[in-house]
Amino acid sequence: MSTTPILGNGRVLRYPYHERVVHWLAALSYIYLMLTGLAFWSPWLFWIAVLFGGATVSRELHPWAGLLFVAATLMMYGMWGRQMHETESDKEFWRAVPHYVRNEDELVPSADRFNAGQKILFWGFFWCGILLLLSGLILWFTHLVPWNLRYLRYFAVIVHPAAALLTIGLFIIHVYMGTAMERGAFGSVIRGDVSVGWAKRYHRIWYEHLVRDAAARK
Amino acid sequence: MSQAATEIVRISGHAGTVPGAGLNREFQVCKLVDTTTCIGCKACEVACLEWNGYTFSETTFNNTYQTMPETAWNYWNLIKFNEHEREDGTLQLLMRKDQCMHCEEPGCLVACPADGAIVQYANGIVDFQQDKCIGCGYCMSGCPFNIPKFSPTARKVFKCTLCVDRVTQGLEPACIKSCPTGCLHFGTKMEMKELGEARATQLRDHSGFANAGVYDPEGVGGTHVIYVLHDATNPEAYGGLPKNPQIPWTVKLWKTPLKWLGNLAIIGGLVGVFVHYLRFGPKIVPPDEENLSQGGALRQGGAPQGGNRP
Repeated sequence: MSTTPILGNGRVLRYPYHERVVHWLAALSYIYLMLTGLAFWSPWLFWIAVLFGGATVSRELHPWAGLLFVAATLMMYGMWGRQMHETESDKEFWRAVPHYVRNEDELVPSADRFNAGQKILFWGFFWCGILLLLSGLILWFTHLVPWNLRYLRYFAVIVHPAAALLTIGLFIIHVYMGTAMERGAFGSVIRGDVSVGWAKRYHRIWYEHLVRDAAARK
Repeated sequence: MSQAATEIVRISGHAGTVPGAGLNREFQVCKLVDTTTCIGCKACEVACLEWNGYTFSETTFNNTYQTMPETAWNYWNLIKFNEHEREDGTLQLLMRKDQCMHCEEPGCLVACPADGAIVQYANGIVDFQQDKCIGCGYCMSGCPFNIPKFSPTARKVFKCTLCVDRVTQGLEPACIKSCPTGCLHFGTKMEMKELGEARATQLRDHSGFANAGVYDPEGVGGTHVIYVLHDATNPEAYGGLPKNPQIPWTVKLWKTPLKWLGNLAIIGGLVGVFVHYLRFGPKIVPPDEENLSQGGALRQGGAPQGGNRP
């Protein structure tokens, strides 16, 4: 980026345009996958498929949406992968996590661009995404799996729902924190920016980096 | 079956027994395939195609009588030919009519997520309802016999119906009707079991097949197609008939413990975040920290509390 993310009007650019697009590509494809997947998960939720044009349509489109989601996940890996490695401050964050849960954020160590929880979310979705892709391909083309390789099918029918359940757990927490709990977070992934106060309070290491970079560039 | 629906089981305030109790015949149907008298003529294959409206499929040649490797979505009944070498070096040509076994515990039905796509009738027939099938192919993973087959054109799964349309009209299945040697029998499960056992006894006592027996696997609760085998201890020799067929353990794990664990986890997660919000509420940047920001100015229209509510 040629310009500094510090926007000057008390705002900081947290997610540039391309990151927001990729995030919502992943989010919308995931929501479709989760809802159609839940329709096949339980007979009590089979009605969800009706909302998406019927179960046959859902079964046809679910794998394609899956490819979209995997593509978005890989793009996220490209964008954020290096920022998601665990650091020393993450270990301190986990020790202080009861304070974080109780909203005592003064007692939580400063975080870099992504805090330890966001890193868990990222790697959880990344690795579950890979498992879902592998098992999903087998389920997509079950009829092409020869009988003597049927153990692949048996692997897929258990791995696919198990990995999906893990992502649903992550998804519930992520959506809750990104909308209701962490005020300012949802706006950052829609409009891209956060207030300086927000950046300092939740991601001080990241913010101070930005300030140093901006000063060095002058 | 309509008579069974009105059969009286209990009567209120009634002295003595229920009139008519125990008079009904068992109406669990069964096919008995006696592999020891099958001559491999494939008449049953043709009858199946005829009755169900399919045409002959392309055949392959692999130096045996086997015309195609396995059943197909439009070829529900196939004789498996196996040249089996016995311990004394002599050759035995084993022929087994392969089709849906109509399990008492059908793995296909357990695995199927589509409402009403697979039904099991009281007479034991397991039938696919293609209008409800969504073509996911989970039944193919649930079946231990490799029977349900996916049609790439219809994008749905098909298999033997045990001629449910004939059986409900009091007719025998098409394959049974066509068999010239009488190796195929059709009747109630009890009768077929007795007939099969009698034949197996005959084979053991008079024909030198010491291991002859009836194949009615317990792992799937018994089947509504049973076999008489020359050697019941080695069903695999008959074109891969599994010795102890089971619904795959991953399918069982997925459909019971994982399902309940998953449901509990999802509901627990939703309740958990809701309770967290009630107890701790949102994270809001305090106004004084907001004022410390560079330049000091809040974004126009920014939330008064300092929290940047979208």
